[in-house]
Amino acid sequence: MKVPILSELKSRGESPEYLFWIGCAGSFDDRSKKVTKAFIKILNKANISYAILGKEESCTGDPAKRSGNEFLFQMKAISNIEILNSYDIKNVITTCPHCFNTIKNEYPDLGGNYNVIHHTTFINNLIKDNKITISGGFYKGKKITYHDPCYLGRANGIYEAPREVIEKLDAELVEMKSCKSKSLCCGAGGAQMFKEPEKGNEDINIKRSEEAIKTDSKIVAVSCPFCNTMMSDGMTSKQKDIDVLDIAQMIEKAEDL
Amino acid sequence: MISILPNIIFTFLLIISVGFFSLNIRKLIKVIKLGKAVDRFDNPSKRLSNMIMIALGQSKMVNKPISGILHLIVYIGFIIINIEVLEIIIDGITGSHRFFSKIFNTYIYNFLIASFEILALLVLISVIVFWSRRNIVKIKRFLSAEMKGWPKFDADNILYFEVILMLLFLSMNATDLILQERNYDNYYSAGSFPISTFLVPLFDSLSTSSVYYLERIFWWSHIIGIFFFLNYLYYSKHLHILLAFPNTYFANMEDKGKFNVLESVKNEVLLMFYPEKASQNNQNIDKFGASDVLDLNWVQLMNAYSCTECGRCSSECPANMTGKKLSPRKIMMDTRDRLEKVSKNIAKNKGKFIDDGDRLLDNYISKEELWACTSCNACVEACPINIDPLSIIMDMRQYLIMEESSAHPDLNNMMNNIENNGAPWPYNQQDRELWIQET
Repeated sequence: MKVPILSELKSRGESPEYLFWIGCAGSFDDRSKKVTKAFIKILNKANISYAILGKEESCTGDPAKRSGNEFLFQMKAISNIEILNSYDIKNVITTCPHCFNTIKNEYPDLGGNYNVIHHTTFINNLIKDNKITISGGFYKGKKITYHDPCYLGRANGIYEAPREVIEKLDAELVEMKSCKSKSLCCGAGGAQMFKEPEKGNEDINIKRSEEAIKTDSKIVAVSCPFCNTMMSDGMTSKQKDIDVLDIAQMIEKAEDL
Repeated sequence: MISILPNIIFTFLLIISVGFFSLNIRKLIKVIKLGKAVDRFDNPSKRLSNMIMIALGQSKMVNKPISGILHLIVYIGFIIINIEVLEIIIDGITGSHRFFSKIFNTYIYNFLIASFEILALLVLISVIVFWSRRNIVKIKRFLSAEMKGWPKFDADNILYFEVILMLLFLSMNATDLILQERNYDNYYSAGSFPISTFLVPLFDSLSTSSVYYLERIFWWSHIIGIFFFLNYLYYSKHLHILLAFPNTYFANMEDKGKFNVLESVKNEVLLMFYPEKASQNNQNIDKFGASDVLDLNWVQLMNAYSCTECGRCSSECPANMTGKKLSPRKIMMDTRDRLEKVSKNIAKNKGKFIDDGDRLLDNYISKEELWACTSCNACVEACPINIDPLSIIMDMRQYLIMEESSAHPDLNNMMNNIENNGAPWPYNQQDRELWIQET
């Protein structure tokens, strides 16, 4: 796979229109690496001018901030902003709602002002602008439910873009008991991803997975690497043969990219 | 001779009750102002429209349709019936009887009184349903651990109060109607009584003078009840009927995912990276985060007084619904309880807080509660008046990490990784491109 690295492009005097911010999960987590690749295939197919930071990318600081470590967050943020500004980045696309939220909402106060786009919005716009076409068929009539990530939905009010993409795939979108602004968290936010849950009588991802199972869907569509992990683990422990797929992976499969 | 003694007594009671109430409200404002500064004065037109939609228009209440509609009835009843209270006050001061009947034409006055009565009945029914939901149906969110003792007593008190006030109002009208029919003294025919007319048989067999005394007892009890209820507000969760308005006006209007960038930390970090950009005269560095109520900002403190303990936040909280200790409602109740104690301490010590060996963290809100939060914003979204429990949780987490270095142990690993490898997991930053080669 050929992926343009920003520093190499710059040395050739090229400046891409978009920076694809991969995120830690997208770089290191096995499930999320598949999402990264799927989205890269979509970018290539649509002939988008983009690059990634590669070795220059680092954590946005989100898990540190949500844990309460404002120092570490700001240190990460300021050094990331320094790199982004040195490349004169205008547009950032990310497949992670946590990176999306942090760069979009919390970097401006520290001197980082970018147009930040979540990949579900980006894909939806590509389809609308006919930059990629969806032939449909692959998911025709299949029941698919969509799990809203907190940091895309409630945190930033993006509920429709991912749903519009699913509908364009000719799938039958079914909603869970709690959805959109009332959606139930997967359990990973607020740095919970990196710790054992506190004592309780159930794990949050199991509760959410049960809601998904009740919709009788064949696929749970997600748009966040942490939700992806939590829902996949939930399905495994419920021993359900339900695929948990990111919106980008669904396009990849439908279009055989 | 018409004695003016009742008018003097009435005016005296009015002044006492309104005076005591204003005194408490002034105290309340002073306590809220103990909070740290936060700028919530921008964009007044959007703030006003939020307040009109959410507080006045109750737009978020109807997210739960049953309690939403019942609440709407009680709320409209409360506002409309206040017109009648105004008439009662004028009558009380001047000695007139049904003053508005003299200034409005008969049809309007009849319409007003009839609509007050219908609303009073609807309020009565709603309040009985509310009571049943708490005491018979036993809806889960009203029975949580934090709802034992005073909160439960307070919630029931309010409902009993409303029942008593509505019954007194209708009985007052019923006896008035009898006196009107009997052409007693200045009880000339005024008003239309579609509901209290059904109560007439209860009193109709009594002598006119008995009915007259009963009417006076109902009239006085009703208005004294209102004076008492007014002054009960300050001590009760029922303060929300007033504070819902400023609370929605001053609520956070940014995207819910945007958490404040802490200015005190920003300066420290700038000193490390760009000393030329940092403020040099930053002598009194604040404590980082919050361990007690005086570390919170005034909107968070106002939030605590505005909370009416409905528990919609906690019933939507993923941690709470899976049996964790965290309850966003309890965060707000604890903040108010602690603030009450701190403000009494300050009042006693002539404006200065003397350490009482107590604090919000640990003694009210445990670390376990704080670490259970997923920062999902469900509680903020669920609150009918835009209270933000999450902001308090985050401020307290900041204190835990930056002042006490008592992070959850798992999180220490994650933060070490971020610091050393630029990722929450132990992978090297130099390996960030490895996925490209993998098939």
